[in-house]
Amino acid sequence: MLPEPVIFEHSRPGRRAPSHAPAAMADLAGLPAAALRRSPPPLPEVSELQVVRHYTRLSQLNFSIDTHFYPLGSCTMKYNPRAANRLAMLPGFLGRHPLGPEEHGQGFLACLYELQEMLKGVTGMTGVSLTPMAGAQGEYAGVAMIRAWHEARGDTARRVIIVPDAAHGTNPATATMCGYEVREIPTDARGDVDLEALRAAVGPDTAGIMLTNPSTLGVFERRIGELAAIVHGAGGLLYYDGANLNAILGRALPATMGFDVVHINLHKTFSTPHGGGGPGAGVVAANARLEPHLPVPIVGLRDGRYAWLTRQERPASIGRLSAFMGNAGILLRAYVYMRMLGAEGMRRVSGHATLNANYLMVRLRGAGFDLAFPQRRASHEFIVTLKGIARETGVTAMDFAKALLDRGFHAPTTYFPLLVPECLLIEPTETESREELDRFIDALVDIRDLARRNAAEVKEAPRTMPVRRLDDVRAAREPDLTWQGRPHPAAR
Amino acid sequence: MTAVPAELKYTRDHEWLREEGDGTVTVGITDHAQRQLGELVFVELPEAGSTLAAGQGCAVVESVKAASDVYAPLAGTVTAVNAALEQAPGLVNTSPYGEGWLFRFRPATPAAGLLDGAAYQQLLDAEG
Repeated sequence: MLPEPVIFEHSRPGRRAPSHAPAAMADLAGLPAAALRRSPPPLPEVSELQVVRHYTRLSQLNFSIDTHFYPLGSCTMKYNPRAANRLAMLPGFLGRHPLGPEEHGQGFLACLYELQEMLKGVTGMTGVSLTPMAGAQGEYAGVAMIRAWHEARGDTARRVIIVPDAAHGTNPATATMCGYEVREIPTDARGDVDLEALRAAVGPDTAGIMLTNPSTLGVFERRIGELAAIVHGAGGLLYYDGANLNAILGRALPATMGFDVVHINLHKTFSTPHGGGGPGAGVVAANARLEPHLPVPIVGLRDGRYAWLTRQERPASIGRLSAFMGNAGILLRAYVYMRMLGAEGMRRVSGHATLNANYLMVRLRGAGFDLAFPQRRASHEFIVTLKGIARETGVTAMDFAKALLDRGFHAPTTYFPLLVPECLLIEPTETESREELDRFIDALVDIRDLARRNAAEVKEAPRTMPVRRLDDVRAAREPDLTWQGRPHPAAR
Repeated sequence: MTAVPAELKYTRDHEWLREEGDGTVTVGITDHAQRQLGELVFVELPEAGSTLAAGQGCAVVESVKAASDVYAPLAGTVTAVNAALEQAPGLVNTSPYGEGWLFRFRPATPAAGLLDGAAYQQLLDAEG
């Protein structure tokens, strides 16, 4: 693959790409003279064929889930069925104006209402708000609700949120944004939260705990009931980070585990392409205790009519987090996905996701790879540590990641969680075939064998990509984000 | 091989301390820590004159892999910071015990709970 220049570099003065089926010219009459351009905008001047080739080549450079196995899994992007996208783009949905009257949007509101109901079923909670527009905002909503609950009871001494050291980095950031101090507790050698440390950490200053289950270590928190009792016993509440919902979908309920509030990344589990920074949907679900504090608006159903519930109907709400109802298109994709799968299909999602992960894990262990938690069953993901190979050959997890690209696989998550040295966090998801998983195993074995024979060759990977190793330090310190080439003549 | 100079003191969080003989102590991160982090891209330091509580996160080292807190090994007052790291954070990688020092402070309490070189080496061996 060759690198592709930016489209401005294809530009030549006067070159045009007139459409063969011209659209009507926009009527500019009535625009104030000050708003009219005096010269054309500095756009690239290219032919139609150049445009087609440029963007086709760019799309071919994309190492994407449509072309390659992508073992970052639902963490970044699992396969999103085309139908979810197609149905969410029906003209009736696209043409709806958010300020249109409720009676003109009853079908749309019905979809959101049913989505709220289905998410209650998936979490076991009593109330859902769809408005948070990203995972981080969903986390913020959840912890802000915990705070609102303590404050409503006049209990203002609770200023600490407990976060296990295996948590996602967003958890301590969220607690800090909500005005809390973060108290970190360790994980024991088997991957569970250290309950003795938790007992020592809780007290009258505990507002709550933020937890992902299964954790980022790819294992289920086995003593979750005991953990919940410790936190509740101290007067704190439990927040569930829904990042790993793909592992338990339709099989275990956060409410039953003892959680009070949950955020769910619809864009991870429920069929939205993402991983490039959005848009997303970090909806929140809460039990009866926290339900009054859910962010508004929420879709209500009264006398057969759907209507937005706002601050007026829900005075204890933490308020609005987004304009209108969040990212409507993402909510619709999740709705379609859940309706297509049904409850039974959702159970199969988590079943196949964990089966695929455990198949990969057991076969890699058989092939001589070290697991971070060899005595544990995998959830929807698991961790290989390459510490031994790195010590033996000097070939690191990053080198494996680059060498995988040459073998037609996107790299799994590397160097996260931070607790495990030289790690690969592998999440195959539910939609990969056994043949694909076998090829991935063969590739890892191949790289490991090559590392032992000729470490320098692995360190030269990738050889087949348009760029080789990037200067990560320079990219972070001196990001070059704008094209600084030749200005277009019209812009002079 | 990871360097662990015998004359320094260490914390379990992979920081090193050197007594300067004038009542101040210099703090940095160990060779092991910089290897684990990889190439540093940013270092955030406390302000000179600021007060530290023991165990408080007082500096941040950010690498291409992760951002990590550096904790105050003891309570005290910051007397100097290594301003060179703002332009050249890679000094922590190339010279963790020398030009890559982070900050200097005047402890308010006697040193407690620190490891000597041999004990820190043992900790590293145990972590494998």
